[in-house]
This record gives sequence, structure tokens and C-alpha cells, in this order.
Amino acid sequence: MTDSKYFTTTKKGEIFELKAELNSDKKEKKKEAVKKVIASMTVGKDVSALFPDVVNCMQTDNLELKKLVYLYLMNYAKSQPDMAIMAVNTFVKDCEDPNPLIRALAVRTMGCIRVDKITEYLCEPLRKCLKDEDPYVRKTAAVCVAKLHDINAQLVEDQGFLDTLKDLISDSNPMVVANAVAALSEIAESHPSSNLLDLNPQSINKLLTALNECTEWGQIFILDCLANYTPKDDREAQSICERVTPRLSHANSAVVLSAVKVLMKFMEMLSKDLDYYGTLLKKLAPPLVTLLSAEPELQYVALRNINLIVQKRPEVLKHEMKVFFVKYNDPIYVKLEKLDIMIRLASQANIAQVLAELKEYATEVDVDFVRKAVRAIGRCAIKVEQSAERCVSTLLDLIQTKVNYVVQEAIVVIKDIFRKYPNKYESVIATLCENLDSLDEPEARAAMIWIVGEYAERIDNADELLESFLEGFHDESTQVQLQLLTAIVKLFLKKPTETQELVQQVLSLATQDSDNPDLRDRGYIYWRLLSTDPVAAKEVVLAEKPLISEETDLIEPTLLDELICYIGTLASVYHKPPSAFVEGGRGVVHKSLPPRTASSESTESPETAPAGAPPGEQLDTVPTQGDLLGDLLNLDLGPPVSGPPLATSAVQMGAVDLLGGGLDSLMGDEPEGIGAPSFVAPPAAAVPANLGAPMGSGLSDLFDLTSGVGTLSGSYVAPKAVWLPAMKAKGLEISGTFTRQAGSISMDLQLTNKALQVMTDFAIQFNRNSFGLAPAAPLQVHAPLSPTQTVEISLPLSTAGSVMKTEPLNSLQVAVKNNIDVFYFSTLYPLHILFVEDGKMDRQVFLATWKDIPNENEAQFQIRDCPLNAEAVSSRLQSSSIFTVARRNVEGQDMLYQSLKLTNGIWVLAELRIQPGNPSFTLSLKCRAPEVSQHVYQAYETILKN
Amino acid sequence: MIGGLFIYNHKGEVLISRVYRDDIGRNAVDAFRVNVIHARQQVRSPVTNIARTSFFHVKRSNIWLAAVTKQNVNAAMVFEFLYKMCDVMAAYFGKISEENIKNNFVLIYELLDEILDFGYPQNSETGALKTFITQQGIKSQHQTKEEQSQITSQVTGQIGWRWEGIKYRRNELFLDVLESVNLLMSPQGQVLSAHVSGRVVMKSYLSGMPECKFGMNDKIVIEKQGKGTADETSKSGKQSIAIDDCTFHQCVRLSKFDSERSISFIPPDREFELMRYRTTKDIILPFRVIPLVREVGHTKLEVKVVIKSNFKPSLLAQKIEVRIPTPLNTSGVQVICMKGKAKYKASENAIVWKIKRMAGMKESQISAEIELLPTNDKKKWARPPISMNFEVPFAPSGLKVRYLKVFEPKLNYSDHDVIKWVRYIGRSGIYETRC
Repeated sequence: MTDSKYFTTTKKGEIFELKAELNSDKKEKKKEAVKKVIASMTVGKDVSALFPDVVNCMQTDNLELKKLVYLYLMNYAKSQPDMAIMAVNTFVKDCEDPNPLIRALAVRTMGCIRVDKITEYLCEPLRKCLKDEDPYVRKTAAVCVAKLHDINAQLVEDQGFLDTLKDLISDSNPMVVANAVAALSEIAESHPSSNLLDLNPQSINKLLTALNECTEWGQIFILDCLANYTPKDDREAQSICERVTPRLSHANSAVVLSAVKVLMKFMEMLSKDLDYYGTLLKKLAPPLVTLLSAEPELQYVALRNINLIVQKRPEVLKHEMKVFFVKYNDPIYVKLEKLDIMIRLASQANIAQVLAELKEYATEVDVDFVRKAVRAIGRCAIKVEQSAERCVSTLLDLIQTKVNYVVQEAIVVIKDIFRKYPNKYESVIATLCENLDSLDEPEARAAMIWIVGEYAERIDNADELLESFLEGFHDESTQVQLQLLTAIVKLFLKKPTETQELVQQVLSLATQDSDNPDLRDRGYIYWRLLSTDPVAAKEVVLAEKPLISEETDLIEPTLLDELICYIGTLASVYHKPPSAFVEGGRGVVHKSLPPRTASSESTESPETAPAGAPPGEQLDTVPTQGDLLGDLLNLDLGPPVSGPPLATSAVQMGAVDLLGGGLDSLMGDEPEGIGAPSFVAPPAAAVPANLGAPMGSGLSDLFDLTSGVGTLSGSYVAPKAVWLPAMKAKGLEISGTFTRQAGSISMDLQLTNKALQVMTDFAIQFNRNSFGLAPAAPLQVHAPLSPTQTVEISLPLSTAGSVMKTEPLNSLQVAVKNNIDVFYFSTLYPLHILFVEDGKMDRQVFLATWKDIPNENEAQFQIRDCPLNAEAVSSRLQSSSIFTVARRNVEGQDMLYQSLKLTNGIWVLAELRIQPGNPSFTLSLKCRAPEVSQHVYQAYETILKN
Repeated sequence: MIGGLFIYNHKGEVLISRVYRDDIGRNAVDAFRVNVIHARQQVRSPVTNIARTSFFHVKRSNIWLAAVTKQNVNAAMVFEFLYKMCDVMAAYFGKISEENIKNNFVLIYELLDEILDFGYPQNSETGALKTFITQQGIKSQHQTKEEQSQITSQVTGQIGWRWEGIKYRRNELFLDVLESVNLLMSPQGQVLSAHVSGRVVMKSYLSGMPECKFGMNDKIVIEKQGKGTADETSKSGKQSIAIDDCTFHQCVRLSKFDSERSISFIPPDREFELMRYRTTKDIILPFRVIPLVREVGHTKLEVKVVIKSNFKPSLLAQKIEVRIPTPLNTSGVQVICMKGKAKYKASENAIVWKIKRMAGMKESQISAEIELLPTNDKKKWARPPISMNFEVPFAPSGLKVRYLKVFEPKLNYSDHDVIKWVRYIGRSGIYETRC
């Protein structure tokens, strides 16, 4: 009972003494000595010198002593591999012991000894133990395979242990099944490509049966394994869900969270109209709430996960606001997480309650918590417009408390409120100014300076206030310096007469006395702007600011989906993908939610296969030289260029260029081949491939070259197609295309007179169309068009015409008149001519908008056979005004987040997933007007493939 | 999975260190000590990432238990395991203290070897463990072959928490329904929020492998049963309660609960927590507090508080305590109460009124005059809520145990031979009334 004495021996010559004791004849003395050795080992002393003496004690009937020696062996065998061999015989003998506990102990310990020679000897006993009659031995042997795999993966494969392990999944004992599943899952993780965990409806059924019978830990292993499975259709998903839901009542929180993970993932496959979907949603909330009555550490894990769940499916917990109210004796980490979730759940319905709570929290003791509570009040104001006024007055109350950090935090959030609701709450500025002196944190100082600059015209002594900050300019942090510079320039532009001196002072401070390049650059820009064109300066500096988004800390949608697949694990606690904190190739297999399929068809897209994602090696893709070259060339050359054979293809295309015009006229003579008026974009199959392709590239080359010189914003131009064949229009043939350059749309027409008489008096008119396209100028054909003559005209278009939805959306009906008759034809315009140049969305706004648009509006497309890499795609799309807002690399896949805006103000958000080596891209589009998605997709196809 | 498990004392000295995975080195032991135990600031999270190594920790009195990993493990499982580890240790040697851990370090290593294999938690039911991990450690020599295989089949069996061959002369079981009732009430007597969180704790002294079935007045069950006789539904409908959510000990067959809502199980021997539940509807609030605070000028407050007990007159509430907060600038208090004892405690800024016992449907009141020091503090007194503590001999949620049937087919005792005891205890959780 008094084992503690072993911790106290610190005499000199201890090792020597221990050695003597270990070799003693008396059993009791031996045991005492081994205990002392283990105690020394625990506290970190090196007792490896005793190795032979300790191993000598291994041959014993005393189980306790044996276990102690094994413990010692596991620790030191690696440092003394040769001597560890001495132990092999005992192990092999123990594996034959009649007592199953001893057999299991031997195989368990042997697996922990990472010495090559020992693992060789391990194979035979392990094989026997895997087929042992006793389940206790089998379940231990199952784990041992995972251990051996960690030491020598090849050996495990060669010896066929993996197959034996797979067989154990059908074992009669649930605990053996659970351990086999755990071991296989771990091994499968390091071999993402292998089909080790061959999950199919039969094996899933076995797992679900074992789920009801095994220990709480076994249930976790099985549920975590189930979460990696992708059911083949919604019916299978539902039947698995039905068998997993009982786990939500388990007392073990980890079982509950793993069950939630399976349900959250499989729910993705269920149609929202299904009754079962609603039932499932309702079943999720109570167990999540119950997790909050667990121990604080588990509460923390639960809260981090709930944070993800409410972002993914806000409807689950929308009525449960009260349970997230902070309790007085919650640990700080629980309090902070609860606060986060409260803000996410805040809505008009519960905002009064939330604000009352937040105000309470702002008077607590913990500084971090109070700060976060104050910030939360600001976020409520931004999120729920109706509450803004109340929030502002609450913040003012808090400023009155004069508690330093509360005041500073309040000022920072009030700045955001001003950004969100301009010209609404300026009355509070006076109160803010009173607290100017107490601000000592850079963020608060910067916020205050921003407010003074922004509302300089309403603050009488704005110049004095800013001047007071200027005194200690060099001691300020960069944030404050930059803000001060901008604020003074704003002030100058608003009140130029009184503040000339001040602005000069700040400009010289920023440009001459500072060694911060950012500050200097900004200073110079302002200086030059002010000195060359004050009007332009005003436009730039006092421009209208984009509104700030409601929620600033939302997780990106794809990352969120990935994290949902990791519910309950560390990744969900850190809110980071495992690759961010796990070393090496282990556990970095990219996971994603199954696609939403209501039909019973099987999904075959590669990213949904459980283990089909690319392995971790491709994490950092460094652009190869070829790609870089491709990028450079793409600026001048429209057509797809990829990989090494660049130089030659460029030359070839140059040659084609020369022929372009000739071919074009050739084609004009053959209206049959391309006669369909709907032909706008080359992918339309109507074009004879051999003729269409070179012509297309040749022409677009020409256009790109011309536009490339002056401006970068030349979007892709399709080759001209015949819209009105001569035979239908009494000899007038019209072919044309649409272009967009530097923000203006035009219709490039080619009129050919194939009749025998001269044509004059041309005029053009459009029917009403979806985007209000109309000619911005009359059709001017300067000279009469004599027979066989061709004239090229560029007709500028505007989008100010009257609007009427057409079917298809992008069709345009045109009437052309000449001295002979009026002719009608219709054509389709590519949507990308409507993409405006300021279609780049702010990153935050993008996130918020993406989330805001309901999922029903999301459309997914496949772009096949596009050999470009992410950089090339991005730059090419950008030249057609599709802007890449953000880019992320997820386990080798490039995710491009893109935005574009149509002339009528409709925003389209896109997520483009590019897998290196796979020419098929996945395009997800989200838009409030989902009918444009199809056409935007076509625009993507057109731009990327030409 | 878990890469290693360390136990430290309050100074950060290692008491137990068991490494399961090769990626965890000895330096991990020191990293946790330096960055968490010896950290200057308060620990901000139970999960810490230091140099790509994640540490999970829980604290029991002065002892730190830390699990270490370098992989993306199931975090909830790790914490559940650490709690379980504490339970197991407590079951073996009582309180988790430095002394006890040092005294039992060999045992702890033996346990750690058994309940974690390569970082995967294995059967950790104390009942099962105690059959083959003993503090003497010599049992192995005297076991017969049958005994050994019985142990292993029990450890790996479907019923890992119980073993064959348990015998009692008297078959007896005790059920405790323990509830804590939480309330936040407005000064006008409006309930702002109220909920009951309850537990059913069972102590069983039953022979063999008894099959038990537990029944309570769960609304869903009662309505299902009462479908045939409408008369009964209306009668029993009043007495049934709506349970928001409940969780069960792992011995309960969850799929059966999910489909039939029946609670059936083979119980562990002795004490365990059968279920936890939460209700929010139709809660019986045992006490109502009616506050009256009047400010007389700037220097005086008059407080009158009435408490009313709201349950059967035959029952007695115990350990009643009412805490009336007073302003910070209180200089003196005069209290008059009809029942119990009341005292002004300056250090706690409150008047504490204690009543030993109170029967149902009674009321009692206290009045106090509070003298205030004049201050120039403009900030008004925030009037914290009046809180209450008590204990009542019934379940405020209205939960009733309807039956607990015991079947043991192999042994010759029947349900009638089992002596059953049921006890209800309702305690106050956070029970507050704003004033």
C-alpha cells in the first residue's frame, strides 16, 4: 500500500543498489526493485543501464511483476535492441499460455516493442492469436495488427494480416468487431487509395448490428467508421439514419456526437421535402442541448461543434437560445463559446432577450469575456437592423461606466455600426469624443480617428482632435498612423481652407520621417492625388464605401462542409482541417459531404468516393515553368495553351492568323454548314470541327491582340456566325458576334450584299429582351452597299432598353431594315458580355452572401476536358470579368471562389473546384436569380474552352 | 488515437507517464508542464496545441490528467475517457490525490495497460476490471480455467458491466429520483425560465443476470397505452409528464427505447446512474417568492419578502435558505422574521434567512429595513435577484416511477421476491426571483 516510497530514493549509487536487488533470490525483493525502477522511469530518470537485470525478472509466474517488466521493456527496448531479443522467447512462450489473459498480454506487449527483430518473431504468434478461440485474445490481436502496421506496413501486407483483419469484421463478438474496425480505419487512413474498408450495404449492416451490442468505445469506433461511408442513394441513407438515431440517447457524449456526425452527413442526401428529414431535424436538437449539462471540458467540445452545426443548419437550434445563456460559474472557455453561438442564433424574435443578457455580461469580471460581450452587442446591431438603435444606446450606457477596456471596445464596434448604417447615429459622436483621452489601444484609437475623419464636417473641432493625435505620430502603431493619415486627408477634402497646414504636416511625417513602406506609399499616393487632381482625390478618398457584411467570422462554405465531416474530432474543436495540425500523410484525406441527390441514381463524381480523394502529397502545388509560361502567353493569346508544347503551338497559331480572314470569307459562302442562327459559341456542335476550330482560334487571337494592347478587359469574343442567311433576306447576309471591351458592349456585324442591286438605308431595332439590350447608336453604313461587297460595322449597345423576360433567357430578336425590305432574325448572346468590370465582391461580403442565398438556388455543373490550371483559369476568367475573390488549396484541390455581376445588378457567386491532373472541373453557382445559372455555366464553358 | 497519458501533481511533477504511440516523445511531458501547468495566465481551453501536439486535460483537485496526441482524434471520446479513468481510479482507491496515486502507481499502470490499447479505449467498466486486476496481482495463479475464460468473456461480452455468479441472500433494489429545479421569475411572478434536470440512480443487490424493465409516467408511453380506453387517457393524461430529452447508461437497450420507448436493461451490480433527463413543461415550483422593495429616500430601503410553499400539506420541505442581496453601501440592517433565523452577512452583501422545515401550503415572511450610507456613486444598485435553496421529498417535474420489473429466468426468485425502494428528492438548482 505504500508504493509512494519508491518515488523518494534519490541516493547516489542507486543504480548499483538496484542492480543488486534485481538479482536477489527473494521474489519480494525483486518485485520491490522493479517497482523502484519503474518509479524512476516515470519521473524521467534514465534506468536503461539495468536492462539485462530487469529482463531477467521476466520469467515469473507473478502477473504483476510480469506486467511491470513488460512496461520497462516497452520503454527501453528501442534503445537496446540487441538485448531486447533476450525477451523474445518468453513472449513466444507466453503466447501459448493456457491463460487467455497471459496470451493477450504477450501479444499486446510485443506489438509495442518497436524493434525489427522482435516484429519478425511476432508474426507467427499474432497469426495464431487472430484466430484464437478466446474473444479477449482476438480483440487484442486486432489492435496489434494496427501496431505492427505502424512499425512495418509492408510486413503486414505481405503476411496477409489485412485479410484476416477484414474477416474479423464478421466476428461473432462485438468487441472484436469494434477493434477490427478501429484498426482497419487507422490503416486505411495511411493508404487512402486502398480499398481496405470495403464498405458495402452488407458490411454496413454488420456494423449496425454490432453497434447495438458493443461497449461505448466500440460504438464510437463504428460510428466514426460509418461516417466515412457514402450511401448509394437516399433510401439507404435514411435507413442508416434510422438505425443510428437511438444512439442520440446514449450517456456517453462522444457516442452522441459521432451519431450526430453520421446524421448531419447523411442528411445531406435526403430531400428536404421528406417527412423524415423534418423528423430528423427535430431529433437533433434535444441531445445537443443535453450535451451542455456535461462536464465543462465536454461542453467546450460540444459548443465548438454546435458552432459548426448552427452555421450549416441554423434551423436545428433556432428555438434554443436560452440554453446558451452564460452561467455564473461556467469556466471562461465555455462562456466565450456560448457567447459566439448566442450571436449566431440572434434574430429579430429573440434580440431583446439577447441584448439584456449581453448587457449583464458586460459588467462581469473577466476582461476577455467583457470585451467579447461588448463586441457581441455591436454585432447584434449589424445583424438585426431593428435592434440597432437599442444596441447603440446600450453601448452608450456602457461607455458611461468609464471602465477603460469597455469604452475602447465599444468605440471599435460603434465604428462598425457607422459603416453599416451611415448617417444614422452621428448624434453619439459627441459622447465618443469625450472619451478620446482614455483610449490607449491601437484598435480603439484607429477606430476613433476613423470616426472623426469620416464625420469631419459635423465635428466642429475635428482639426484640433486630429492634431492632438499627430503630436505623437511616430510613437503610434502603424494601424493608427495609417488611419490618421487618411482621416486628415478626408478632413482636408471636406474643409480645405482651415486644414492645409495640417495635411502638409501629416504628409511629410508619413513620407519623409517614416520608414514604414506602407505608410510612405499611402502618403505619396495622397500627395500626388491632391497635387494633380483634387477632384479625383475627392472621388477616391471620399468614395462611397461598400457596406460591411453581417457576420464577419463565418467559416468558408467548403471548409464548413469539410468540418461537418469531422464532428467530434480535434478538427472540429480547432475549426481547422486536419492537415493544419496533423503531421505527415496520416489523417489528411480530404473529406466532403455527399452530394444532394434526391434520385436513386448512384453518384460517381470522384470526390464523393470515401477514399477516392487524392493523397496528401500534392498539398503544395508549385506552378511549373510551363504553367507560368502559359500564364504569360495567355495575356495575348486567347486559346488554350497548356504544358510544354507551347512554343510550337504559338507559332502554328500565328500561321492560322494569316489565314483567318480568308477562311472566314470562305465560310460565308457556305451558309448551310453554319446556318443555325443560334450558333454563338463554338462548342455548339453545329460547326464542322475541322473548319470551326482553327477559324475560332484565329479570330479570337486577332481580337485579343488588339484589345490586349490598350486594355486588359477584353472578354472572350466568339467568331462571327451567320445570323441571317442571304436566301432568307433577299440577298442580304448578316453574320455577327458580340463583344465586350472596356465596359462597353457592342455587336460586331458583317453585312454582305449577295443580291444584284445596291443596298442603302440600313436601320436596326431590337425586340425587348431579358437584359434590356438596345442599340446605343443608329446603324451607320456610310456608303451604299454594292453587290458582292462586304462591310464590317461595330454597333455599340446599351442595357438601357426596356426589359422583358425572353425564353431562352439570352435570346435576342432583331429587325434589320434596308431599302428592300425589313428582315427579322433571332440570335443568342453569350451571357459574359453582360459581366460588368466591377463584379469583384469583397471577401467577407462574398462569404455572407454565399451563406445567405438558399441552397435551393445552388446549381452544380461539370466543365469537362479543360486542361488549364488554376492560375490560368483565374486569369482567363478575369479578362472576361469573372473575378476570383479567394483561392484555397484543399488537399491538392484548388478551390476558386469567384464573383461576377450582371449589368442589371444581379450577382452570381461561383465556386470552381479544380483537381490537378483532372481536366473536369466542378462549378457550383449560387445566385438569387437561379435561372441565369445555366447561362453563366455556358459562359464559363465558352471562356475556358476558347 | 491517444498517443500518451500523463498524470501530474500540482507542481507539474510527473506521477504517471504512459506512452502508447511512437510519435509522442518524452519532451511532450515537459511541453505540457511548461505551457499549461506553469503558464502564467489562466488556462483558456481544455485543449491545447503545442508544436503540432494536442493536449487534453482535466483537473481533479490538485491533480492534472493529460492525454496527448498528434492525430485528429475524436476529442469528445478523449474527454469521456479521461473522466472514465478518474471514475475507475476512484473506484479502486478512493479520492484522486497525489498520495493515493503514488501509493497505487503500479496498479494505475496495470489499469492503463488494460483500458487503453494503442490509444484505443477498451472495456473500462470497473465491475469487469475488478475481476482480474486486483491490487494483490497474484490472483492469476489460483484461477481455474473456467474462471479465466469467464473473465475474458465478460470483459469482451455484450454485458461488460456485469458478470455471472453474483449472489445475494436478499434481492433488493433502491431507486433514487434526484431532481434539481431551476427557475428565473420576474418580480410580478411571471416565470421567465424554468427547467428540471433529473437523474435516476439505481442501487441493485440482485442475484444472477436479472433482466429489468423500468417504467415511469412518460407522456408518450401513457398516451400509447391509453389509446384503447379513452377514459383512462384523460385520467392519466394529467399525471404524465413530457420529457424533453433523456440519456441512458450503456446497459439500456437504446434501439428498444427508440422503437417502443421501453427502458429495459441488465443492471450493473451496486450503484449506477440509470438515466438523466430534462423537462421544461408543467413543473411544480415548490416555492414562490414575492419580493417587495421600497426605496425610502436615498438612505433607506424597506424590503419585505414572502415565501409560499406550494405542495401537499403533508410533505415537509427542508434546508430552506433565502438569500436577499443588499446594496454595497449598506450600513445597517434590522430584520424581523416570523419563522426561522435571519442574519445580515456584510461580507456576502446579503440577508440570509434560514428555515429548517416548512410544510406545504404555508407561507412565511420577512421584513427588513436597510440603512444606506450616502454615496456619490451615480450608478444605481443593480438589484441582483433573490435566490433560494431547499430540499423537498417529491419530484418537481412530476415524474413518477410506475414499476421496475425484475426477471431472472435461471434463478428461482421472481419479481415479487425483490424488495424495492423508491425515493424522490427535489433540490433547488438556480432558483431565482428578480426584485
